[in-house]
Amino acid sequence: MIIDHPLFGPRDASEFVYLGDASLMDRPDWKSETAAQDFHAYAYLRDNPAGPHRELWFHEGGDRSWLVITRDTVTHEITRVELARDVARKQRAPQ
Amino acid sequence: MTYSGFRVIREALRGDLGWGPAWRDADPKDHYDVVIVGGGGHGLATAHYLASRYGVTNVAVIEKGWIGGGNVGRNTTIIRSNYLLDGNEPFYEMSLKLWEGLEQDINYNAMVSQRGIINLIHSDAQRDAFIRRGNAMILNGADAELLDEAAMRREYPWLNYEDARFPIKGGLAQRRGGTVRHDAVAWGYARAADRRGVDIIQNCEVTGFRTKNGNCLGVDTSRGFIGAGKVGVAVAGNSSRVMALAGMRLPIESHVLQAFVTEGLKPILPGVITFGAGHFYVSQSDKGGLVFGGDIDGYNSYAQRGNLPVVEDVCEGGMAIMPMIGRARLLRMWGGIMDMSMDGSPIIDRTHIDGLYLNAGWCYGGFKATPASGLAFAHLLATNAPHDTAKAYRLNRFETGHMIDEKGMGNQPNLH
Ligand SMILES: Cc1cc2nc3c(=O)[nH]c(=O)nc-3n(C[C@H](O)[C@H](O)[C@H](O)COP(=O)(O)OP(=O)(O)OC[C@H]3O[C@@H](n4cnc5c(N)ncnc54)[C@H](O)[C@@H]3O)c2cc1C
Repeated sequence: MIIDHPLFGPRDASEFVYLGDASLMDRPDWKSETAAQDFHAYAYLRDNPAGPHRELWFHEGGDRSWLVITRDTVTHEITRVELARDVARKQRAPQ
Repeated sequence: MTYSGFRVIREALRGDLGWGPAWRDADPKDHYDVVIVGGGGHGLATAHYLASRYGVTNVAVIEKGWIGGGNVGRNTTIIRSNYLLDGNEPFYEMSLKLWEGLEQDINYNAMVSQRGIINLIHSDAQRDAFIRRGNAMILNGADAELLDEAAMRREYPWLNYEDARFPIKGGLAQRRGGTVRHDAVAWGYARAADRRGVDIIQNCEVTGFRTKNGNCLGVDTSRGFIGAGKVGVAVAGNSSRVMALAGMRLPIESHVLQAFVTEGLKPILPGVITFGAGHFYVSQSDKGGLVFGGDIDGYNSYAQRGNLPVVEDVCEGGMAIMPMIGRARLLRMWGGIMDMSMDGSPIIDRTHIDGLYLNAGWCYGGFKATPASGLAFAHLLATNAPHDTAKAYRLNRFETGHMIDEKGMGNQPNLH
């Protein structure tokens, strides 16, 4: 697989380390009444879809940036690569 | 028809005209006492033990493709019971004992070959860890033997003992481990179950579960609705997809694991060697091919094929420990999709829907578990209570904190 890094252009996937579903960026609120269940779902349960999947990769053999990659788990085709920090900023920006 | 040496001779004399199909390719009935989803090793074994040990014979195994087309026909066929933790070791040791009697039980030559398996040791720390593991195995009634370098050199003189990074300093052997002909396991269990009246229904995909007031009534399939008293799901790498049809999210990621086989060679490798430090393991098939593999690719996948970096990594591991493998030509390579669980251990449990049961999370080690998984799942389906050896395989262990994490890696499926 070739990952089209937003800053470096196309790089071999072996430079990167896979973490998992990009939902890991949305940490639940530890003060919530349902925090125990929320953290169980956050830490252990996954959609694990066959098809497009948003996932976190770490550019360990490069600039050590975190990426959010949209990849089809059936064909391995990568359709979108974003810097995780941009995604996080967008998510946290006041609506 | 019962298979025997006498039968082989008789058929040889009569031009082999008397062999019938080993099992019926059945059409679905309207209703079964138990419907098992997934015609892999685990589903077929479950049907066999349900019929033979629990007297439940009104059973169907529903397979979306053909039986044996999934992981049971894609794995590297290694069986062993060299686990460390209490939740696992009694279960895998029961499995190994079932393998030892399997061929008599199912009247089928599954080519169970207890040729022994050796995990290589490279350092003092690793030796300590393996001594602990060996003792845990012995405490659970399994066999384990610590080999020093001299003993290793006697058995495997051609391994590379002088590798600068991973010199071989010994090994942990389990002599009762070995290999089994994987396709024959699927066919043998299918035939044994069929002989007791189980319907094996191929080319029939489960597309939904019908429930009423929290009870499972049966499954919708590509060949219509099939009613069931109980439904057991054993679909390996597709567990998340199938259970999503019942509204469940599982503690599982699907990953691809690759395997490789070389051209046939003269016998060189008497047992199974695993080089854990270098992500490589190898055995020699009865046809002579070197069968080897390594790590999973490491990202979610349903593709049933992997990528080149892992091919390179596995081959580097092979060259490091067994340099002569570089002279062998690769015949085939393939991938299979496995259900990697959050603690690396399986799940055999009820679900929140009455009458719906789950068998999943086998990771890359579920072939060796086939007999025990079938027996434990049959026990659960027949009695509604977990089998003694499978009590730790609960679905809610991630909520209660009772994970069974052999590698101590935490909730990172690609590291188990
Ligand atoms: C390359 C590789 C090497 C391996 N090596 C080893 C090894 O050396 N030792 C070991 O112990 N384990 C090994 N494993 C793991 C082992 O193969 C699996 O854990 C085990 O086979 C899984 O159980 P199964 O046989 O029931 O799975 P499968 O054979 O995959 O059975 C599941 C079945 O469910 C069917 N199915 C899926 N969805 C549906 C649906 N909706 N409706 C109907 N049917 C459906 C599938 O078609 C499939 O046939 C390896 C796996 C791979 C991929």
